[in-house]
Amino acid sequence: MKDIGQVHNPYQDDKVIDACSLFGAMNTSGRRFSGEDITRAIANMHDRSNGLGGGFAIYGLYPEYADLYAFHIMYLSQEGKTQTEAFLKTKFSIAYDEQMPIRTAARVASPPLIWRYFMDASHHKPEDRSEEDYAIDCVMEINTRLEGAFVFSSGKNMGVFKGVGYPEEIADYFCLERYQGYLWTAHGRFPTNTPGWWGGAHPFGILDWTVVHNGEISSYGINRRYLEQFGYQCTMQTDTEVIAYAIDLLVRKHGLPVEIAARVLAAPLWDDIERLPAGEQELLRTLRQVYGSLLLNGPFTVIIAHQGEMIGLTDRIRLRPLTVGTKGDMLYLSSEESAIRLVCPDVGKTWIPVGGEPVVGRLGAPLQPESVAASGSDATLLEEGQ
Amino acid sequence: MKTYLPAKFMVERDPERCIQCQVCVNQCTFDVHRHDPDQEMVRSGEENCVGCHRCAIFCPTRALAIKRNPLDYRENYNWRPEVIEDIIKQAETGGVLLTGMGDDKSQRIYWDHLLLNASQVTNPSIDPLREPMELVTYLGQKPERVEVERHSLSLKTKIAPQVKLEVPVMFSAMSYGAVSLNVHESLARAAAEAGTLWNTGEGGLHPSLYKYGGNTIVQVASGRFGVHSEYLDAARVIEIKIGQGAKPGIGGHLPGEKVSAEVSMTRMIPQWTDALSPAPQHDIYSIEDLAQLVYALKEATDYAKPVSVKIAAVHNSAAIASGMVRAGADIIVLDGLRGATGAAPKVIRDNVGIPIELALASVDSRLMQEGMRNRASIVVSGGIRNSGDLAKAIALGADAVYIGTAALVALGCTLCQQCHTGKCAWGICTTDLALTKRVNPDIGARRLANLLRGWSLELKDILGGMGVNAVESLRGNRLHLRGVGLTDTELEILGVRMAGS
Repeated sequence: MKDIGQVHNPYQDDKVIDACSLFGAMNTSGRRFSGEDITRAIANMHDRSNGLGGGFAIYGLYPEYADLYAFHIMYLSQEGKTQTEAFLKTKFSIAYDEQMPIRTAARVASPPLIWRYFMDASHHKPEDRSEEDYAIDCVMEINTRLEGAFVFSSGKNMGVFKGVGYPEEIADYFCLERYQGYLWTAHGRFPTNTPGWWGGAHPFGILDWTVVHNGEISSYGINRRYLEQFGYQCTMQTDTEVIAYAIDLLVRKHGLPVEIAARVLAAPLWDDIERLPAGEQELLRTLRQVYGSLLLNGPFTVIIAHQGEMIGLTDRIRLRPLTVGTKGDMLYLSSEESAIRLVCPDVGKTWIPVGGEPVVGRLGAPLQPESVAASGSDATLLEEGQ
Repeated sequence: MKTYLPAKFMVERDPERCIQCQVCVNQCTFDVHRHDPDQEMVRSGEENCVGCHRCAIFCPTRALAIKRNPLDYRENYNWRPEVIEDIIKQAETGGVLLTGMGDDKSQRIYWDHLLLNASQVTNPSIDPLREPMELVTYLGQKPERVEVERHSLSLKTKIAPQVKLEVPVMFSAMSYGAVSLNVHESLARAAAEAGTLWNTGEGGLHPSLYKYGGNTIVQVASGRFGVHSEYLDAARVIEIKIGQGAKPGIGGHLPGEKVSAEVSMTRMIPQWTDALSPAPQHDIYSIEDLAQLVYALKEATDYAKPVSVKIAAVHNSAAIASGMVRAGADIIVLDGLRGATGAAPKVIRDNVGIPIELALASVDSRLMQEGMRNRASIVVSGGIRNSGDLAKAIALGADAVYIGTAALVALGCTLCQQCHTGKCAWGICTTDLALTKRVNPDIGARRLANLLRGWSLELKDILGGMGVNAVESLRGNRLHLRGVGLTDTELEILGVRMAGS
């Protein structure tokens, strides 16, 4: 899509501001479940959004195509589709593609044409480029160069579904009750302008990383400039996009464990760092010295997900809500506890994590306390095991 | 030769209030006031008055008022009084016009055309009285990435030496000789109290101040005055001075009259001889020469201290700064057009260099574009007047600022611009022992530390208002700035949008 910035941010604000409802559910044993409960949970927080954006990310979605890139693409014109498909054919082997199944009776306004593709990149990528970087290049190419096309989901065995409407309307439109996944995140959006553009809804993602976000990153200006040094083009002008790229840089490119990456995005206070044992102190001090420009400052809660992991994180003084619930091998993250109790009335334990402390749910290593270098972290450790 | 220069100021003495105590006579170093023993009267001859206010402030009965001499010329926008009088001075002396302090001309002050942001509704502002608000800044080279051992989560990256500042404001280079030992001691003690650094300037470090080495930046300048291994070892940071904003491309000249026994010892030059700093460093004629000196200093100090390189902000600062980073500088210092000095040719001070705001914006942008902003900290100086300027400098991309003039004002300086005369009535810019005791280091350190405390509190308010609680979230965050009254080109160079957009 040419000039996403213009489409997504028509008034050329510094960044697109929105606030929201968040919900995430993960079965850490990998058991897949349908979207019905997720939809009920996010609908329960209806008033936190205003009908201008809703979306879902589902992991473990396409086991039959688990090794193929699953691209979900919105088209604003038939020409965009023709051009994009010609481009995709030169870059990938397309195993299967189809129009996204939808419920035409659903109450949504002006949906674009949405198509999905299952593709293999391994035979096409240049030798000196990793498959991931190659796939990202192709996504960036379509999103910034081709007119009328926008890739909004590009991972393997996962998918993003989103659009303009309340999240329950979007779930209805995409028939999400028919899909199964072991990890779901959901978002209801309350933007302060009216872009009316389906690509602007959350989750945002790149490859299989997705972010749903409630908040406003007041450090956006420097976070963005810092990431641009590493070749990220912040075309959407949202702070959510910045979070996705920051995670991609720290975890995928710089190889940091996600718990450490969380300590960059929501760095502990210097005073707290100085009270830690020498080794942790040095680690956290160095992280902050080197990655200070990636500190996400301002009110936020995010649920970051990728294959096998779901991470909940708030800003370091927790200016936006996050509640955690666990029940057996289920982990719930939610803006409001009510949504957890609605879908899991006998939830075992709920708590509000300390600001800046990540809550990590991991496939196969379920709900164990993380021994991350942390200060005063008791409140966030997943004390209740299996 | 009879001088055609008119008096600049008038001294008005209220005879009802004057008690003939002669405080003004003793305080004035420019021979304005004198005691007439025949008539038992204090009289004033105002032709020498520089407007420094020393007599008026110290007059116990407030009997003195200093006013501009209303001897007006016919109005002429081109041939202003200063222009006329500079010609008169040169016609009478045939010399270079010398002056002190920084450029006082009306070139645009960009700080005054930049406005800061604050949070409303969509994100909460943060109250620094109730929430943590972090100003801690580390100067030094940072690697591009951190490597962590995945299982033990232990740190694999060894980071270059870093210097911690509790507040991102340091005291600018002012050499012993230019300013007095009491001024140095005041600066050193205030820096130690506030958790920041002061800078020796190019005149060495007096032995009595080695105990403040942990808060000291030592300069290595073209004259190499006072540079020896203990000096380098004592420092927290070593700074190579290439140039300064008040006199880019020009060396220094400390007149022999100021080279007292103590100055002579500290600078390692004979007493009462002129201390001449060459215009260039004669071992640096190119960027690779700079790299050699940077690494020579690092070798000499076991790579334990950051090495800073200071230049005057000139037309192609961005390219020069990029080269300095490649040459191994851990900190780059940009000193702008308004940077001050103890003595400089007036024509250089007022006409050479560029405003620091523009230099900072272009250097920060260039280092970002080249993907090497992490490789050096940026410090700016030259006209930082208050915490508003400080916040704007940080938003444009500075890690920290240096203050020189503001620090001297805290000590009593009134910018009378007579630093080069050595007669400073406030005892700041002089080595005359009768005058230097006018700065009491106990009080001087208190006044300077108070200033830093005030700015810190204000910077915390500014950050909190923007909804961020750490200074690194403002650093280089130009979205928190808007311009007023600037052209499109100016906005583009500053990387700032017009207010209202």
